[in-house]
Formats: sequence, structure tokens, C-alpha cells
Amino acid sequence: MEVVQMQRAWVEYTKSLFREGFLDAQFQQLQLLQDESNPDFVAEVVSLFFEDSERLLSDLTFALEQQSVDFKKVDAHVHQLKGSSSSIGAQRVKNDCIAFRSFCEEQNIEGCQRCLQQVKQDYCLVKSKLEALIRLEQQIVAAGGSIPMEELSC
Amino acid sequence: MDGGGGSRENVMVGGAYTEEPHVLAVDDSLVDRKLVERLLKNSSCKVTTAENGLRALEYLGLGDEKRTSLEDNVSKVNLIITDYCMPGMTGYELLKKIKESSMLKEIPVVIMSSENIPTRINKCLEEGAQMFMLKPLKQSDVVKLRCNLMNCRS
Repeated sequence: MEVVQMQRAWVEYTKSLFREGFLDAQFQQLQLLQDESNPDFVAEVVSLFFEDSERLLSDLTFALEQQSVDFKKVDAHVHQLKGSSSSIGAQRVKNDCIAFRSFCEEQNIEGCQRCLQQVKQDYCLVKSKLEALIRLEQQIVAAGGSIPMEELSC
Repeated sequence: MDGGGGSRENVMVGGAYTEEPHVLAVDDSLVDRKLVERLLKNSSCKVTTAENGLRALEYLGLGDEKRTSLEDNVSKVNLIITDYCMPGMTGYELLKKIKESSMLKEIPVVIMSSENIPTRINKCLEEGAQMFMLKPLKQSDVVKLRCNLMNCRS
């Protein structure tokens, strides 16, 4: 694929991710922080988010499997996940965490388990989409092109 | 924030306002530490990060280990920015410890939080926090922060 075609694909894909609510304006803030002197910033932060999230989701699964669920602990994990997803602009995951916290407050086990499934689903979705986006960016750069951030505001 | 202008000058050495202020950023979230570091560096700040209050205090010279040159790190730090919700020592507790220290109390402290709770904000401001910032942080927040830092000198 030619650079121009890849750039166009990148713009369309990014716009669709915003439109479908996977990402919000905070993700654009991350993109703005990437430049020639920090060309991998987004990939690096996103990668930290994946590591963090996977650990938290695993801890949440374990915590909700216990005979006697420690809702404070569950809430603490969800709070962390909400924070990091909010910081990178992973909107659906963040919103799922907000709902999750209400069920923690109510000490509602079924509600929490449903939320956990939902957040896992949305996390997997955003993860594969971000991976695809970053791969596309790397292809553009490898082909000598630049990422057309300015076209996102059209 | 008010206080003896003379003693503040001694703490904020090295042309903090014209060159590169040295900021100590404290946050238990790896994603948020990476983000705040990049945001600050983009605003021409030198950044040191710490993952919790204890490490932050150690860096500032208030830790358990006795140092021969306590002044070294202290005189270099022009601003401390800390998350509010952290396990162990909260940002508020860290703020109190800093303000209780004759060595550190002149260093401005900014608190960040993902939750907009007026009682929390007021509590921090009353304890001497320079500013309270809502997460997720954006570039415009850091620009505001730098302006605030410049103004507090007058």
C-alpha cells in the first residue's frame, strides 16, 4: 500500500474509533504528545495500559471468585482501572468501570460479575483496535510518511 | 499561597522560572506517571517520578535513612505534583508531611485527582496545596500550572 493510502486509512480508522466511542478526546492528547523526539510515546503508554489492565482484570477475577468477596478490594482495583483507562482515553472501559463501582458500593455480586464480563469484553476490543492502529502508524513511518494528526480535526 | 519571600528564594534556586523547573511527580499508576512526565517535559520541566509518598519523602530527604547532604535534592525541587488516591500514604498525607517540614514547606505542592469532590479540594487547599488539578491531565492543564508557578513568585 502506498503511504497516502495508509495515511487515509489511518485517518478513517481513528475517526471511527472516536465515533464508536472506543476512544475519547484524551487519546488525542496522547497523540499530541508524540513527535519526532518521542516517536513511540503513544505505543509506550498504550503498552503500559495493557500490562496494567491485564493485571487488574486478573486480580478482579480472583477477588470475585472468593467465598467472601472483599468489595473494598474489588473497588480499589476498579478505581485503578478507571483511572488508567481515563488517562489514555479508553472511553468504553472507563464507563464500564464507573458502572462497576456502583455495584461494588451496593455489594452486589451478580452486578459486579456482569460488569467484569463487560469490562473484559470492552478491554479486548479496544486492545485489538489500538494494536491495529499502532501497527498502521508504524507502517506509515517505516514507509517514510508521517502521521496526519491534523486531518482528525476535519 | 503566601509566606516569607526570602526563604522561598533559597529553595527555588537555579533559575526555576526562566529555565527548567525541577518537578517531583508522585503517582502509584505507571500509566499516569508516564503521562505526567511527558506533559511536564513538553513544558520544559525536568522531571523526577516517585511511585508513592514514602519514596517521594526519601527523595526529598525526609526518609528514614540519614543522609549527609540533605539539601541536595531539596534545593533542586521546585514543585511537587502528587496524586490524591494512593495506597499507603495518600497525596493529602504527603502534602501535610511536606508542609510540616521546615526544610520542605516552601515547595509548592499540587494535588491531582480523578474525582471532583469539593470537600476534598478544599481540604487540600486549606492544608496549603498550591493547586488542585482534575485528571486526566491535558497539555492545557500543565500550561496553566506553569503560569501559576511563575505567578506565585510575586
